[in-house]
Amino acid sequence: MNLNDAVFMLLALITLGSALGVVASKNIVHSALLLVLTFLGVAGLYFQMNAGFIGLVQILIYGGAISVLIIFAIMLVMDVEPEKTNLPSPSLGRRLWGVYLVVLLIIALGASIWYTKWPLAISAVNSDEMTALADLMLGKYVVAFEVAAILLLVAVVGAIILAKGADDK
Amino acid sequence: MIGFTHYLILSTILFGIGMYGVISKRNAVAVLMSVEIMLNAVNINFIAINKFIRSETGIGQLFAIFVIVVAAAEVAVGLALIIAIYRQKKSVNLNDFNLLKW
Repeated sequence: MNLNDAVFMLLALITLGSALGVVASKNIVHSALLLVLTFLGVAGLYFQMNAGFIGLVQILIYGGAISVLIIFAIMLVMDVEPEKTNLPSPSLGRRLWGVYLVVLLIIALGASIWYTKWPLAISAVNSDEMTALADLMLGKYVVAFEVAAILLLVAVVGAIILAKGADDK
Repeated sequence: MIGFTHYLILSTILFGIGMYGVISKRNAVAVLMSVEIMLNAVNINFIAINKFIRSETGIGQLFAIFVIVVAAAEVAVGLALIIAIYRQKKSVNLNDFNLLKW
């Protein structure tokens, strides 16, 4: 096992372990903090795959902005004692149904991934990924880029109106 | 030797964990967090395919950025909705969200 494999195993362990903690914890504050750890583990995986820019975006947006937003919302809506904020569904059938669906998904998808012959071709390491991304974003995919900008603006305005309440005057 | 399949299987397991959270949790914020885990699993797939399968340079990373943008918008609106409903019903349990208009 070389260093690359060891790093992958460590990152996979952190990511999957903290993701399991998110769904298993009964305290939603612990869930939110473990979610940050999951995001950081995923960012580490991006760095390992030579995607440094996406890794930084992941840390800034997920690890910074989204997690702070979620923790703020939790603080605003938490009214019972913290140990009971994130209980699983009371119906056992629903939980078993969830476990069944997830095991089915993992076995089916995992087997098909494992036995497929992928047309692997390691693309040459280009040190200039930012330039390639910028060319794509403002060239071929400029419409999608502008639509994403409008979506963000509408989402921010909508979130403010929903959370604050519109004045009917 | 760690390769392409390991990344895909890791992301499948992560997606499964998120799906279990969506199905089994009753707290609306927890369901939103599980959806975020699922979106992250999809992003791992995009980056892995971008690295290991020859394609247009950087196309997978571009799609991952768009997924992150949409996820950020979704979280902002989703949490605002949860706060607005909490004002009315004093609860974040999804089983209590049973009115179309109040």
